[in-house]
Parts: sequence; C-alpha cells; structure tokens
Amino acid sequence: MPSAAVRDIVKEHGRLAVDVESLSDDDSLYEAGMTSHASVNVMLALEDAFDVEFPDEMLKRSVFESVASISSALAQLDVKAA
Amino acid sequence: MTVAADRDAAFLAGIGEVADAIAAVHADDVDRNARFPVETIDALREQRALSALVPAEYGGDAVSLSAVAQACFVLGRRCGASAMVFAMHQIQVATIARHLDGSAWFEDYLRELVSDQRLIASVTSEAGTGGDMSRSVAALTPAGDGRATFEKQAPTVSYGAYADDLLVTLRAHPDAGGGEQVAVLARAGETTLEQTGTWDPLGMRGTCSPGYVVRAEVATDQVMTAPFSSIATQSMVPVSHLLWAHIWLGIATDAFDRARAFIRAAARRAPGEPVPAAVRLSHVMTQLSLLRAEVRSAMDEWVEAEADRERLSTMAFALHVNNLKLAASEQAPRVCQQAMGVCGIVGFKNDTPYSIGRHLRDSMSASLMVANERIHQTNAGLLLIAKEV
Repeated sequence: MPSAAVRDIVKEHGRLAVDVESLSDDDSLYEAGMTSHASVNVMLALEDAFDVEFPDEMLKRSVFESVASISSALAQLDVKAA
Repeated sequence: MTVAADRDAAFLAGIGEVADAIAAVHADDVDRNARFPVETIDALREQRALSALVPAEYGGDAVSLSAVAQACFVLGRRCGASAMVFAMHQIQVATIARHLDGSAWFEDYLRELVSDQRLIASVTSEAGTGGDMSRSVAALTPAGDGRATFEKQAPTVSYGAYADDLLVTLRAHPDAGGGEQVAVLARAGETTLEQTGTWDPLGMRGTCSPGYVVRAEVATDQVMTAPFSSIATQSMVPVSHLLWAHIWLGIATDAFDRARAFIRAAARRAPGEPVPAAVRLSHVMTQLSLLRAEVRSAMDEWVEAEADRERLSTMAFALHVNNLKLAASEQAPRVCQQAMGVCGIVGFKNDTPYSIGRHLRDSMSASLMVANERIHQTNAGLLLIAKEV
C-alpha cells in the first residue's frame, strides 16, 4: 500500500489545518480541514504521481476521506507500493 | 395505471386547482405587498400537500419527487413566491425522509407533520461563511440532560415567521471544525426568532425572507444522525436544484404564454395582417425549449439515481446537478426578458393581462439563491478531475 506516498501528496496539496503525520490512516482528512477544492488538487496530484485515472464512480467524497481510503482506491486501480 | 401513478395524478390534480383558483388570484397582491401567500399555503395544507413526500408507513401520501417537481412547475406558472415556499418546505421534508436512519424521534415527527400539516423552513445561510452552506459558525452546545442549545445569525430565513419548524445547520459541537456540520430540527415552540433586517426585495417578495438571530433549546434526539455533508450531497442539494429549476421553468413558461396571448390578440385584431413580433415569439420558444430540456433531463437522471446513494455521491452527479442550477437560473430570466420584448410596453406595465414584470423580477432571484459564481467555482474544480461530463 503506497501509504507514505499518499501522505506526501496530502501534505503538499490537502491544505490540512494539522500536520498529516499527526493523523492515523483512518482519520478524516475533511475533519482535519481539507476543503473540497483542496481535495480536487489531491486527486490531480495522485493521478499524476501514480499515473492512473480515477473513474467517475470513484470520484466521491468517501474515497478521499482518509489516507486509508485513498490507498485502497489506488490498490483497486492496481497501483503497487511506490 | 399503477397505484403510485394514481397517487401522483390525484396529488397533481389538487395542486392544479390550488394554482389556478388561489395562487393565481393572489399573486399580484402577494408581490406588491411583499406578503406571505397565506391563502395558497392554507389551501395546500387542506390538500395535505405539505406531507406529500412522507412515506406511507408514517401516514404520508408517498408522492414521487417527480410529481412534487411538477407541482413546483404548476405553482410557479401562477405565483413564483408560493411555489418557492412550497418547494423549500418539500426540500426539508425530502431531506428528513431520506435520512431517517431509524430515528424514532424523526419518525414520530413525520407522523405529526402529516396530521398537523406543519410547514418547515430552513436555516442554512449564516453570516461569516461567505455564502458557503457547507460551513457553519454557530455550534450545537450541550446543555446536559440530553438537551442542547444554539444561537445562529441567519442573513435570510425564508418564511421564518410563518414556519412551524426550522431545519438548522450547525457545527456538531463547540470544538468542531466549520465543515463538521449537523442538521437540527427545531420546533417553533422551542425557538425564538429575533428579526435583524427588513424585507423589500426586487422579486420573490412573498417568500418573506428577512434575517434573524435564531435561538433554540432542543433535545439531542432532534439532531439528524447522518453528517450534514452526506445529507447535502445525497439529498438537499440535488432536490433543491431540481425543485427550484422547475419553478423557474414554470415562471418562464407563463412569461412565454403571456407573450403568445399578446401575439394572438394582435393577430385577431387585424386578420390577415402580419404581426411583426410573432417572429420574436418563435425565437423565445427556442430558448424556452432549451430550458425545459435541461430541467427534464436532470429530473430523468435523478429518477435513475435516487436510490443509489453511491452514484449520488460522485462528482459526476454533483457536476450535473450544479449545472442544472446554473443553466436554469441563467436561462429563465433570459426567456422572461425576451417575452417582455415581444409584448413591448404592455408587458412592461404592471397592470395588463400581458404583464411580465413580476416574472422577470422573480426569475432574477434564481442566480442569487446560492450564488452562481460560487457554484461555477465548484464546478470549475470538478471539471479538472471528472472523466465523463
């Protein structure tokens, strides 16, 4: 699971109110201050970094809720640990 | 016909009577005096229309959302403000009924809504949020013994003074972030409204929507279980955009009908003579049909998706339902203005059978109720990432 790489992207683009390292993989990024605008930038950066495209059915709030949910979405898209 | 189709047809027959016999009669007075359309809302209560969307197991009529949207169109053709009060109430009912999550308090509330035909207003806007409904400043504050209090500065509460109950968005607790919201149903008896402004707007004058400081003490059972972010995405936002768009289509359709009546009268006065403005009417029809097509296709998409919460949560769906709001709110005043151009001065005057001033003014509220620029900004972000639009 590319959890560390996901954390780097969330740190850079998620505009959290707290340090991402203070969150567990399951903590809500939205509750940590990620706006929907910031979440779009996170998605774009993930697509770029892992060379994937999230299909429309994956583009929803719950998929980008936490580091764990993002990692599992990437796993479904066959992204190997980066 | 199926039972469901029968129910929808019976409901719409009743709405049609209220629209023609009552809403149409009082529309100009409601508009001129910026007063609540009390006759229309009372008549809708008598028809049990306020509980139309309540599921049958709680005593409601289980009317479909398509039929309620059609009712917004029918009422919108006769009185935009009456239609807007009706629509905003139905949005709150749909929101509650779709997110009961087994709450006994809300199930009992729906039964009471049916028997008393209670009118629900919404308190979603708030000073200090820049018009962003997905953030709150005011917080629900525990008061012990399963009670909680709040105080919210609301810049507009439509028909707040006439509502029986209020559905209010708040931060979930005093330490919650601005986006961590809940929806709370506060009843009139436990709420005080301190009016903070006046109400003398350009259009939709009968909605009576001044600002208030809203204070209440409620039981914690009155807090909806689901986070407001999912309630908004899966129900409140799409249902709002669908019902509003049907009203705007209704207003634009009546503006077009008045322009058509004007052309027909002119043609009758001088049989065989060409009516120069008739060609302009044909141009208005192309614009009206674009509006109608957008509204109908969005409704079809909802009917396909309404039970599929995952699909409703996708960005693709959000894009479409936002686009409906943008397209319809920009197109409806365009149709009204062009229809006024067909009628000329008799459309501009307020006291002719072809008056279109009220339609134009009412339709101009459309791009402001949730500001279009904010929605365009959201969609601009979604377009960066969505695949199929």
